[in-house]
Amino acid sequence: MKITKENINHVAKLSRLEFSDDVIDSFTKQMGDIINMADQLAEVDTEGVEETVQVVDRDTVYRQDKPQHWESRAELMENVPEKADGFIKVPVIIDKDDNE
Amino acid sequence: MNYLNENIDSLNKKLKDGEISAESLAKDTIENIKKTDEKLNAWITVKEDAKPAENLDFNANKLAGIPIAIKDNIITNGIKTTAASHMLYNYMPMYDATVISKLKKAQATIVGKTNLDEFAMGSSTEHSYYGATHNPWNLDKVPGGSSGGSAAAVASGQVVAALGSDTGGSIRQPAAFNGIFGIKPTYGRVSRWGLIAFGSSLDQIGVMTKRVKDSAEVLNVIAGSDEHDSTVSEKEVPDFTSFIGQDVKGLRVAVPKEYMDAVSGEMREVIQKQIDSLKDAGAIINEVSLPHTKYVVPDYYIIASSEASSNLQRYDGIRYGYRAKDTKNLLDVYVKSRSEGFGTEVKRRIMLGSFALSAGSYDRFFRQAAKVRTLICDDFDKIFAENDVIVGPTITEPAFGIGEEVSDPIKMYNNDILTISANLAGVPAASVPAGLVDGMPVGLQIMAKRFDEGNVFKTADFIERTNKFYEKTPAGMED
Repeated sequence: MKITKENINHVAKLSRLEFSDDVIDSFTKQMGDIINMADQLAEVDTEGVEETVQVVDRDTVYRQDKPQHWESRAELMENVPEKADGFIKVPVIIDKDDNE
Repeated sequence: MNYLNENIDSLNKKLKDGEISAESLAKDTIENIKKTDEKLNAWITVKEDAKPAENLDFNANKLAGIPIAIKDNIITNGIKTTAASHMLYNYMPMYDATVISKLKKAQATIVGKTNLDEFAMGSSTEHSYYGATHNPWNLDKVPGGSSGGSAAAVASGQVVAALGSDTGGSIRQPAAFNGIFGIKPTYGRVSRWGLIAFGSSLDQIGVMTKRVKDSAEVLNVIAGSDEHDSTVSEKEVPDFTSFIGQDVKGLRVAVPKEYMDAVSGEMREVIQKQIDSLKDAGAIINEVSLPHTKYVVPDYYIIASSEASSNLQRYDGIRYGYRAKDTKNLLDVYVKSRSEGFGTEVKRRIMLGSFALSAGSYDRFFRQAAKVRTLICDDFDKIFAENDVIVGPTITEPAFGIGEEVSDPIKMYNNDILTISANLAGVPAASVPAGLVDGMPVGLQIMAKRFDEGNVFKTADFIERTNKFYEKTPAGMED
């Protein structure tokens, strides 16, 4: 399976990551090697085999939807990188320059 | 205080008899960590003001006053928790993981947080924002990973016990590289609440100690159901120390030929010697096959990376952790914070996972991997229908040099070939020291059927009593 720079840039976009021009070529080659290693699985005959996505011994577990009061708003806010007036601060959601 | 010749029972006795106080134990432990860690870099955060719990009850609680190390991907209230990532360089949790609450209830003293590969992704503890950890047996070698800090801390005698986590071998491989015992319990035996998620269907918290019985003591405390984690089994938790000191006569031991074929020379001889000692003691040895072993590495890297790409979506630079500077809009905050905050290996895994789950690749990669996982589980079921334990090497070779494999991810991934299957099948698995190869420790892996940690402890304890590896001390720590 051939992995191109375009494939990598597409997956990077999905992953909310970006790679600079000076690393993208070596990264593309490395990802290509890893994906081809992973593609060995295609050799295994899995006709009629069910998928396993978890190995727990319980079915869906229900609990009461009970609200809990946390007295720790100040502590919570201490982890916030940028804040103003007790709120989490973020830049403009739509950049004006991009929409002209 | 150095724990090379101590165990939980010996410490408990000294505390009970008043020979040492829990306060001085905590203080001496931290002093020794600070003195010895210049060589090892096993710790990210040492809790310098760590104090024992109040009203210690040395009779009711074996762990009362005993200093314990915690891998830094397990959330600790009021102690910085970084997962060895720039992304969480300043993250201060406001709650305790369930395992931490349980340790505190048992009156253990948490002395700090140990180094790991970033977000537990790696097999060498070189992929840490805080620098590589060194192996106490030879400071130029890696300690393995991702629980390399916990392993080095225990092997060097900085602590008597440490918690680790194991998604594809992250407890067992470093235990083998450092000449200590480490157990990944059954998936669903220990709550994952407060464990920073990597591969949620594979992750499991476990214990690393020099002596087998000490892990049984700690697992007794941390195991059991939890309302915060619905994947934890409600099965009764046995007293794991009751499996210590038993004989192995009649124990049905399966040895997979694919595992033995993965080792050669002196390494193979050391492993064979352990199997022979089981046989001499009356265990029944059966050669078996795990035919999908050659596919476990690709299978694991697709499943674990897919789960990781989903789990790591939450790191967006908004509510906590690293946020990039000079961003012009919200999307820019996400992309720049993630690109600057995550290390190379973490990015590789997110990319592989996003790729395997993306339109056009899902059937060929993720769905196929989930089907192959079923075949791997079936292989185990067949063997456990006629055997009590599976035994073989934990690793293919002893610890490699720092810097040797870090630029070759595929080579690095293949380190996990013998440990991954236990995570895919959810079975309990441990590594117990087997001996030295070229002066470096190697481990014997022991697996059992789901929720049968008892037979793992029984076998490991027999091996420990027979080869007495614990009498050896790591050469790299001598001045």
